Amino acid sequence: MIGRSLFRSASVRFGVVYALLLAVSATALALFLWWSTAGLLDRQTQAAIHADAQGLAERWAGGGIPALVATIDDRLAQNVDDDAIYLLADPAMRRITGNLQRWPPVVTQVAISYELSVIRSGMRSMAHIQRFDLPDGFFLLIGRDVQIRAQLEKMLKDALVWAVVMVVLMATVGAVVIRNLFQRTLSDISATTAAIAGGDLTRRVRLSGRGDEFDQVAEVINDMLARIGRLMDGVRQVSNAIAHDLRTPITRARTRLEEAALHASSPEALRAAIERATADLDGIVGVFQALLRIAEIEAGSRRSSFARMDVAPLLRDIEELYGAVAEDRGVALLLDVPEHLPAYGDRALVQQAVANMVDNAVKFSPPGGAVRLQASVNGAVTVCVADQGPGIPAADRARATDRFFRGETARHTPGSGLGLSLVLAVAQLHGGELTLDDNAPGLRATLRLPLAEDADTRRGPAGHPAAADPRP
Amino acid sequence: MRILVVEDDKDVGGFVVRGLKEAGHVVEHADNGRDGLFMAASEAFDAVVLDRMLPGGIDGLHILETLRSQGSAVPVLILSAMAEVDDRVKGLKAGSDDYLTKPFAFAELLARVEALARRGKGEGPVTKLVVEDLELDLLSRQVRRAGKKVDLQPREFRLLEYLMRHSGQVVTRTMLLEGVWDYHFDPQTNVIDVHVSRLRQKVDKPFPVALIHTVRNAGYMLRAEQP
Repeated sequence: MIGRSLFRSASVRFGVVYALLLAVSATALALFLWWSTAGLLDRQTQAAIHADAQGLAERWAGGGIPALVATIDDRLAQNVDDDAIYLLADPAMRRITGNLQRWPPVVTQVAISYELSVIRSGMRSMAHIQRFDLPDGFFLLIGRDVQIRAQLEKMLKDALVWAVVMVVLMATVGAVVIRNLFQRTLSDISATTAAIAGGDLTRRVRLSGRGDEFDQVAEVINDMLARIGRLMDGVRQVSNAIAHDLRTPITRARTRLEEAALHASSPEALRAAIERATADLDGIVGVFQALLRIAEIEAGSRRSSFARMDVAPLLRDIEELYGAVAEDRGVALLLDVPEHLPAYGDRALVQQAVANMVDNAVKFSPPGGAVRLQASVNGAVTVCVADQGPGIPAADRARATDRFFRGETARHTPGSGLGLSLVLAVAQLHGGELTLDDNAPGLRATLRLPLAEDADTRRGPAGHPAAADPRP
Repeated sequence: MRILVVEDDKDVGGFVVRGLKEAGHVVEHADNGRDGLFMAASEAFDAVVLDRMLPGGIDGLHILETLRSQGSAVPVLILSAMAEVDDRVKGLKAGSDDYLTKPFAFAELLARVEALARRGKGEGPVTKLVVEDLELDLLSRQVRRAGKKVDLQPREFRLLEYLMRHSGQVVTRTMLLEGVWDYHFDPQTNVIDVHVSRLRQKVDKPFPVALIHTVRNAGYMLRAEQP
């Protein structure tokens, strides 16, 4: 059970890969060491044997057997390292001179390098030996004691075996360490998401504060959770709104109809009551449509129609549309908009958002007041609508964008309480923000939208909570 | 005018059919997609009111696409409970000429259907619109009434142009918002009324006969005084 889960774990796979890499590099290193030490010694031995053979062959050519015997004895006497091996034998393979007692029986062929164990001065030792046949039937055997090299070889072999053991050990330890590291980091993420899946939307992934890749993942997850939370809040708000705020107009329409059915004294009165009820129902439908539109915007499904757009002509159109209404109410609608305002977004939504802001401002402005529709570019396209109406008390400002929120001062002004909710939703969809400030007197609503250039480099509007967003 | 109504809901269908008949139109009614497609494809209509969601495997969009692929140019108004912007776009892309979401006011439906049916009989490009003694020159962008020049703002000109193009027909506030201002949402405030009232000040007030009339519970109509 543990074994199976161990090998299914990604962290263990990382550990195994780590171990394999370690083993491969260790083997490569060992092979190189072997080649550059033992191999070098081997090649040196061969070269020495050949040089010896050459020298002895010259002696033989110059003085025959006696000279050769003298030279061999001489060399043996002068061999400081005590590693030279010579044996001169007569045609019957009997020893003439040299430091081997007898001819090794395995050495039967010329020009082959034998590696065998020999007994030399009573000691068993490893040697490289080569046989040379002299004219007249004499045999010469030249060799080098390689006991030291053999020891080195053994040492290296031992070291390699130990290295393998160490690699396996280190790999195992490494795998466990890596696995724990991963698990510790991932367990928090998985525990959080599991809790969220279980319904606890308040949980967030802990950040280590190191700003590493895991923190980045955690941050993205937290962003996502915040967004889900906001959407859930939205859904909850809509259900609450339907439960409470729509009950009133529905009750009113229903009462009108029932009242008319029971008490209408004339067909005209009945017709009038029905018409009023129909108007009430139209109002309810309007609220529904506004709610659905906000929900649609918040769901983010409208980003498909995002494009580069110029906000300036759009603002001039709105001024033109509302200017007449404002004038009728004795309110001056003042426009201050630069030639171009390049933004990136959904034209229809921005249009509706600004229209809502202007509509609010005109609605709440006292006669003789002024509404300013200003726009500028400073890091973002900023559209500001300022009125001189009653404004929103600071305490209520955070809730002013909640669905159906109607401030005390707005009690007697017609409206659904959805206008600013829509503006906020549009701002968030665009990755912008909506702020509400005191215009002393009045309200100053500011909508900030990303510039067209910024939108190209942005990773996408991530629903950053606006400053005025009352939800956590 | 001959109008086909494809609507499966008995109440809504009956209501629309009765209303259109009362308005003086000849109305055929199909209560499922199969019949609707058959009738729309085999008979000539001036306009089709098409419910989007229909029983029987053939929905409104399917009927519309089939009609358009057969080269039929009959004006189609889609009637749908699907109010999302994407649904609307999908409907218009499929070839509908107008899109009305449920619930709707009958006056709105009637005005839009009549506007569509009339548009279907387009007389080709016009350069001058004339109603009684009111003349609107589309080329010089000048308006004259009873020979006197009437000065209009550009938007007032477009508003008058829209009303004159639909003269004798009811034009709703929504149609004006969409047609003149290109706004596709309800602005809540009576912005349209204010603009129409300003236009009246210039076009009707100085003259003995009013041409722009308010139609109760519906909208406006520009028409010559009935004899």
